[in-house]
Amino acid sequence: MITIENVSKMFKTKAGLVTGVDEVSLDIRKGEIYGIVGYSGAGKSTLLRCMNILERPTTGKVWIDNVDLLSLSSKELREARQSIGMIFQGFYLVSSKTVFENVAFALKAAGVPKSKRKNRVLELLELVGLREKANDYPAQLSGGQKQRVSIARALANNPKVLLCDEATSALDPGTTKSILKLLKKINQQFGITIVIITHEMEVVKEICNRCAVMQEGRVIEEGSTYEIFANPTEPLTKAFIQTVLSFELPAKLLENCTGTLMRLQFRGDIAGEAVVSDMLQTFSVSGNILHGKVEYIGETPLGIFIMEMTGERSEVDKAVAYLKERVNQLEVIQHA
Amino acid sequence: MLDRIIELLPELNTAFLETMLMVGISLLVAVLIGLPMGILLYVTDKGLFLENKFVKLVVGIIVNLIRSIPFIILLVFLIPFTKLLTNTTIGPLAASVSLSVAAIPFYARIVESAAREIDKGVIEAAVAVGASPWMIIKDIIFPEAKPGLISGLTITAISLIGYSAMAGTVGGGGIGDLAIRYGYYRYDDTVMFTTVIVLIVLVQFVQYLGDFIAKAVNKR
Repeated sequence: MITIENVSKMFKTKAGLVTGVDEVSLDIRKGEIYGIVGYSGAGKSTLLRCMNILERPTTGKVWIDNVDLLSLSSKELREARQSIGMIFQGFYLVSSKTVFENVAFALKAAGVPKSKRKNRVLELLELVGLREKANDYPAQLSGGQKQRVSIARALANNPKVLLCDEATSALDPGTTKSILKLLKKINQQFGITIVIITHEMEVVKEICNRCAVMQEGRVIEEGSTYEIFANPTEPLTKAFIQTVLSFELPAKLLENCTGTLMRLQFRGDIAGEAVVSDMLQTFSVSGNILHGKVEYIGETPLGIFIMEMTGERSEVDKAVAYLKERVNQLEVIQHA
Repeated sequence: MLDRIIELLPELNTAFLETMLMVGISLLVAVLIGLPMGILLYVTDKGLFLENKFVKLVVGIIVNLIRSIPFIILLVFLIPFTKLLTNTTIGPLAASVSLSVAAIPFYARIVESAAREIDKGVIEAAVAVGASPWMIIKDIIFPEAKPGLISGLTITAISLIGYSAMAGTVGGGGIGDLAIRYGYYRYDDTVMFTTVIVLIVLVQFVQYLGDFIAKAVNKR
């Protein structure tokens, strides 16, 4: 649906040329929710803005639905933008217009006649759950409600793509959840391809099918969200994953540990506990789970446990080897 | 003293109407030409949807040029132009020409700075939705800057009331002219005080009205 080919974006600053996006190529499929994560300044926002030419790439190509956006005249580009919705961290609603008028503006921009606007606006407000706020001004709304209005505005002209620029970063966790739920509903109900820029791994975990990690203008890792969570390779990706799957053990506990400490990771298709109990019956070791959690990434569970194993060293080694074959990942943190 | 004021009333009335006429005409011209000019200065700025260095520079220089000439000199300087336009150089209509020329760049800069107050993201969101430049100006910039545009118009009107007194000195008429002719040249304190009070009341009223409207249209 969205194809980015060798896109680079340079900015002229007082300090000289700065590279915002560096030779990025991505292929975002129709109907998926795609996440782009990175710290601020990694170039993810600039990359997103290249997808609707709010930022014109210095080099490279951008196709959306097989249309080469960079070859369009400014009038054609305006028309193309009507099928690319965008929402922002700062909502950017027109403060002098009511909720209704804010959404209606998008239809007006697309040349929808006035008589047809009303029904469509009310339909959109119904979708985002703000029908009764139609005549309110943005100043009267909460952050989450403002974002809902901006989603309604972005969806007004039935776009094929929805670009979300840090759409939940200004919202509290509860509101973030409800906005993500709404985005998921939109994705499933209308098949709209969604691209989400965020620095919150929680957001990616919650709704993204695939994701990319950006650093210094480059995409350093890309794949299905589950694979990224289960097998991150780059240090930055690991750091991001840790914000969601953190297993810091208290120092005191580590000191008092006498056995072998290990971290086990189970993938969705392995029943974790069964493997552990089999191991305990087979070998003469005892196990003690210190920490554990099953995270659902999309719908698939990913289990991570920290276990202390005590027993004869040779038995422990055998048990570890046994587990290594059966679990997705095993890492010995500290030996007895 | 009261007799003197009553005696003065017809002349005060004429002078007041002349002032209103001068300020009214030049304010209208400021809106008709200064407003689009200010919007042009804004939308051709760097990073905006009609970015154009050349237009921005040329319009900017013209605006600065007029604004750097003291009004009293502009008044004299524009006499040939006034004559060409109104066929006379005296009276409120003639004075309105130079007042208008001064009001245009004055209001244009105020419009530009009022537009700058709009969050750029709001304009960007309109660009992202595929709106045309004209639609963004008409439906986004204009309503969003409305409170600023109205309080800017108030500032312009009050400055013009002041300028119109200067225009009076070269035969423009109006309250300022009355004050100078009777109050200054003839040492008539009553006229001086009366005209000053009329001006104070007028300015207070304009300011109050401007603030009231600006507040009424502000939805932030």
